[in-house]
Amino acid sequence: MSEPVLRVEGLRVAFDHPLGKVRAVDDVSFALMPGERFGLAGESGSGKSTLALSILRLIKPPGHIEAGAVWLDDARIADLDDDGIRRLRLAGIALVPQGSMNSLNPVLRIGRQIADAFADHGLRLGHREEQRRITALLAAVGLPATIARMYPHELSGGMKQRACIAIAISLRPKVIIADEPTSALDVVVQRQVMATLARVQQELGAAVILVGHDMGLMAQFVDRLGIMYAGRLVEVAPIADIIARPRHPYTRALIAALPSLEARGMLAGIPGLAPSLRELPSGCAFHPRCELAIDRCRAERPVLRDIAGAQVGCHLA
Amino acid sequence: MQAAYIARRFGVFLLIVWLAASLNFFLPRLSGQDPVRTKLLQQAALGGYVQGGIDEMTKEYERRFGLDKPLWRQYLSYLDGVAHLDFNYSIANYPRRVSELIADALPWTLALLGTTTLLSFAIGSFLGALLAWPGAPRWMRWLMPPLWALHAIPFFLLGLILTYLLAFQIPLLPIFGGYSAGAFPALSWRFATDVLQHALLPALSIILVATGGWALGMRGMMVTTMGEDYVTFAEAKGLKAPTVFLRYCLRNAILPQVTALALALGQILSGAVLVEVIFGYPGIGTLLFQAIRENDHFVIQGVVFTVIVALGFTTFVLDVIYPWLDPRISYRRA
Repeated sequence: MSEPVLRVEGLRVAFDHPLGKVRAVDDVSFALMPGERFGLAGESGSGKSTLALSILRLIKPPGHIEAGAVWLDDARIADLDDDGIRRLRLAGIALVPQGSMNSLNPVLRIGRQIADAFADHGLRLGHREEQRRITALLAAVGLPATIARMYPHELSGGMKQRACIAIAISLRPKVIIADEPTSALDVVVQRQVMATLARVQQELGAAVILVGHDMGLMAQFVDRLGIMYAGRLVEVAPIADIIARPRHPYTRALIAALPSLEARGMLAGIPGLAPSLRELPSGCAFHPRCELAIDRCRAERPVLRDIAGAQVGCHLA
Repeated sequence: MQAAYIARRFGVFLLIVWLAASLNFFLPRLSGQDPVRTKLLQQAALGGYVQGGIDEMTKEYERRFGLDKPLWRQYLSYLDGVAHLDFNYSIANYPRRVSELIADALPWTLALLGTTTLLSFAIGSFLGALLAWPGAPRWMRWLMPPLWALHAIPFFLLGLILTYLLAFQIPLLPIFGGYSAGAFPALSWRFATDVLQHALLPALSIILVATGGWALGMRGMMVTTMGEDYVTFAEAKGLKAPTVFLRYCLRNAILPQVTALALALGQILSGAVLVEVIFGYPGIGTLLFQAIRENDHFVIQGVVFTVIVALGFTTFVLDVIYPWLDPRISYRRA
């Protein structure tokens, strides 16, 4: 069995706030195998984007990493100096940003924005070689070479997201973190973009962390899914298992909330609201919304346990 | 496409100039005063002439200045003159022509205010950008309060304080004028240093005051820009800090500043009055100030027209270069 390419161990990210500290990511651990597609799903505010950014050490004050470590192969990311982490971004771990509508610099041509990454990562390419690589990258995401001469406002949303993917793969990273890459796109374009992401990922052999809240998209794309609730991972399991047999009550509710083609009628929701991170419920953070909650859930915080190939953080699983 | 855009913008520029020139022609004539007569009466009062010939003299001068013709004829010959940059004679400084007076004064104003405006824009914008940048040296934080405080002082007041300190208490710099009395304008090293010395005080007071304003505006824009997604993505791309700062943050944050700069450059001529009068600088502002005091219609018209052309022209230049600065604004017709 091969070694994991990325390991996250006990990661804690907190934001300082005048009314008290807010822990957006709490004791999250997982490992990513080379070429694996790992999904991170959860409601808004569950900490999935913060987790994605903290892997790249892109959390800005007042947020900071409190505890835990991220390892890329044998390198502990927290040990890198500022220049080291800068070099690791894109070359080791690349980000495909959320909301690509605004992720490209409006005053620079697409080609320039790709070339900037080459230049600052110490690649001294001649003009001809640079153009060749840019054309190849654009072709890899299904964009014509003429795009390099265009500005972001001249592209459609799907084209912009493809351009972002082209940038993300430009230095052949080992890990690609895609932070809700298709949330601003319609379903047809969403499917095309995801197919592109899947193709370039396979060509590179890179591992992907797909962050999102679309369970349908997750089911199509990822190998393994982690469910986050209130900053914690509550369940991690292979995607087929989690869809067929969700073990955590929250996961079950999420999957039950998926609209189905057969049954018409009201969509099922999850009662209540996601808790405020400043005043988390005692014990299991989900217990106020959980139908099955028992006294132990109110008092004792569940830890992730291995159950038949899955990890579940629930007393009742 | 581009040529058509520029031609269209230039047409708008000409239209603005024509409208303003017409207003400029009719407004002073609404006052109902007779500038020639007033001037002659003033001179008569000063020199103690007999008042008898005044009416005849007024007539003669009005014939000479073309003021005896019907208004529409005056307007047409005025437009004709404007097209040739000819604004008739100065009433107060007869027989000098208005265009000569303006040509003498304009370089002084452009050199002093043009340079100081550009300098304070460059220094202020760069400082403002750095003040918003977390990677900037810590000592820069101490720059903010004095910059803001200086910005709050009207520059003519600061000019007076500086004059008092640097020209009166410690006589380092000349108090007054554009060059030493008795110096003869020439292209010599000595005259150049003399001019520079005289320009230093007014320049300093303008730069000290204006820099804070540019810095304040730039800092605000910079903070907004740094929160944009493309800056986060630039960092995630592992770009070097100077690249992110210059090409992703500053490059975008400066766009509204450039608009403000163009407007500030256009207003140089009208804004020159206070500085120049205080420092006795031989520029457009002093010329306008004197012309207003002496009711010199033609000079006022000439100066105001120059101001309008300057504003219109900088707007035109801005229109032409803005699509190049911000590609989202296109040359195509919307």
